Amino acid sequence: MESSRKARGTKTQEEQWMVENDVGQIYSWVSSIPPNAQSVFLEIRRDNHIQYLMHGLNNLAPSFSTLDANRPWICYWILHSIALLGDSLDGELEHSTIEFLSRCQDPDGGYGGGPGQMPHLATTYAAVNSLITLGGPKSLSSINRVKLRAFLLRMKDASGGFRMHDGGEVDVRACYTAISVASVLNILDDELTQNVGDYILSCQTYEGGIAGEPGSEAHGGYTFCGLAAMILINEVHRLDLPCLIDWVVFRQGVEGGFQGRTNKLVDGCYSFWQGGVAVIVQKLHSVICEQLGLSNVLDSECDSESYHDYETSDISDVEECTVETSCPLGGTCHHRKEDSFADIGVDFISSKRAIAPIFSSMHLQQYLLLCSQEGAGFRDKPGKPRDQYHTCYCLSGLSVCQYCSSADASSPPLARDILGPYPNLLEQLHPLYNLVLDRYYEAHEFFSKF
Amino acid sequence: MDVLQKSSERIPLSQRPEYADVKPVAQDDGPNPIVPISYTDEFRETMDYFRAIYVTDERSLRALQLTAEAIKLNAGNYTVWQFRRLVLKALNADMNKELDFVDGIVERNSKNYQIWHHRRWVAENLGTDLSTRELEFTKKILSKDAKHYHAWSHRQWVLQALGGWKDELAYCELLLKDDIFNNSAWNQRYFVVTRSPLLGGLGAMRESEVTCTVNAIMEHPENESPWRYLRGLYRNDTQALVKDPQVASVCLKILTAKNNYVHALSMLLDLLCHGFQASLEIRNAVYGLSDSGAQGSDLVKVVCSILELVDPMRANYWKWRRNMAPAQAAQCLKDDGLTGLSL
Repeated sequence: MESSRKARGTKTQEEQWMVENDVGQIYSWVSSIPPNAQSVFLEIRRDNHIQYLMHGLNNLAPSFSTLDANRPWICYWILHSIALLGDSLDGELEHSTIEFLSRCQDPDGGYGGGPGQMPHLATTYAAVNSLITLGGPKSLSSINRVKLRAFLLRMKDASGGFRMHDGGEVDVRACYTAISVASVLNILDDELTQNVGDYILSCQTYEGGIAGEPGSEAHGGYTFCGLAAMILINEVHRLDLPCLIDWVVFRQGVEGGFQGRTNKLVDGCYSFWQGGVAVIVQKLHSVICEQLGLSNVLDSECDSESYHDYETSDISDVEECTVETSCPLGGTCHHRKEDSFADIGVDFISSKRAIAPIFSSMHLQQYLLLCSQEGAGFRDKPGKPRDQYHTCYCLSGLSVCQYCSSADASSPPLARDILGPYPNLLEQLHPLYNLVLDRYYEAHEFFSKF
Repeated sequence: MDVLQKSSERIPLSQRPEYADVKPVAQDDGPNPIVPISYTDEFRETMDYFRAIYVTDERSLRALQLTAEAIKLNAGNYTVWQFRRLVLKALNADMNKELDFVDGIVERNSKNYQIWHHRRWVAENLGTDLSTRELEFTKKILSKDAKHYHAWSHRQWVLQALGGWKDELAYCELLLKDDIFNNSAWNQRYFVVTRSPLLGGLGAMRESEVTCTVNAIMEHPENESPWRYLRGLYRNDTQALVKDPQVASVCLKILTAKNNYVHALSMLLDLLCHGFQASLEIRNAVYGLSDSGAQGSDLVKVVCSILELVDPMRANYWKWRRNMAPAQAAQCLKDDGLTGLSL
């Protein structure tokens, strides 16, 4: 680090230059070694990661006391990571997990951060996603959906948003966790979705991204939450999508990874929050065209013959929809059948991508594998310690990258789309819920029965 | 753990007479818990006593004290915070002292949702003029971390709920003078300009704001913040953006200087897609940036091609913009009733 740089830049610039320096050193070192050696460094160290994750599942150090109200989260981060790595728990651990999460479940609905704690939307999301990741009828049937729905309704706020817990804060995260859980458990309806779209819309900032609360700064985590929630309640057309897209693509920096906010530092976890947004919008092409007042303009690289629009309305029937005004058809131009909130998740994943990825998948994979990946576990950036949260979201980001160039969910990625050896291929995930796809399908099937 | 607090200083709850009749309640983790935390004895004991008080819903002074100890061990325990609020209400406690309590723990726990939510609740309950104190409080946090997300949210809440707008624009300007790349300060500026009851609203402020923003851009054309802010000033009024000569002018200056011109090109692209008619000067400045010396009537295509080269991280995005643009521009002409005219 050149000392001549001192006092020449603002705090933002200095911090950015330091990270670029650290990352640059790693990249130039790797490019200086022979290709055979390079591919070793690009390998996902599966066994090491799984060992690290399993250890956390069985024992956590005293320093984890500050996460004592977040244990379902730790559970999800570990279970989801293991699932992405293509592994699973043995029967005994599975049983222990279901048992433990059942103790976190409140008799009146929802899950708390630990046994005896008040139910909380984020820990509910984490617990439900953990149980779905485990899969199997015992795990899935342990969720009391009736009570959970009542809990979600109690958390609804007059503003349209949701409260995280009784007497808790209202923000876009709460909206997403509530909606995601309701959607995946097939208990989503108009009563729950009412006014949520208004609240999320009010959180889209002048930059294009979405903030936690109206007026706050556009932020990757909240942008993911807001976008995913809007899709799940079938109101994504109300967001200014061209503006959102322009914002998110500029969040990918020279390092290859994503930053959470404009002019802030890269962080591996945003590989999912921001990278996820980037892949989600690949499927919103027709909505974007409508917003721009265009007839459906398809990317020349895509197979337009097999294009399948997940929306049921015919494009030609839709009057011009601008983002500033509500739809002239009284908000019904995208209206779905009454009970079809249930199909949004599955229709989304089965619809074909109309456009190629709008971000640099290979650069992101490079950042994740070389800068975020540690001997075991993943981290924010070089110099930061690894943790289960970053392991989860870095792996999720990697999966998103690996699958983003496939035309649809059923075609396996090509070798050229995977950085490193082909065995680096992780399991595919559903970006709206961040669940391994197979587990999502199983849950969808299970919960659609009643 | 707290390095400064020696374990010898703390008297275990089991030895404190004021808790003598409390029967601690162990955590119901079950026989084979997963993600089990190796709690210290202090932590386990404190939470066992808290559970006892919580289960009986005892809203007393000793309950209040217990919540303080539990919070200090884990400021993320929202159940403890929520219960503390119930106790404070039941005791009709001094909310000013409660602010002092939060002051005391925020330094070590500032990135914690629960603390900030509690602070907001206390401020709401106080109902007296807290604006000054809360603005000072957030200012202190921001002086150490000028992008602290919770601090900014709280500050915005204070302004809207309790007032105090008078010096806010000046505060933004101060922060931006210190670090023109501070996007949080730009965001706050937008907040003030659009919502302050003391200013005239965006319409009245726009012209002067555009001038400020353009100056910031000229200082550092690579700084994304003022470019987004500039677009923001014309939110819901793209035609005014297209027609503002200051906007076209700053693009031209930067393209001519041939340095850090990605955002300038990106802005030009947006303008063109909204029907902007580029002057000969702008056209030449763009052609001057193109290696292949590409000329031709489709300026949009030339702009996108240059961007694909000089901003390779977003090459795919610029390709997509290139594909979308012709239809967009044609639509604009259609909207303006100008069909039949060639581009």
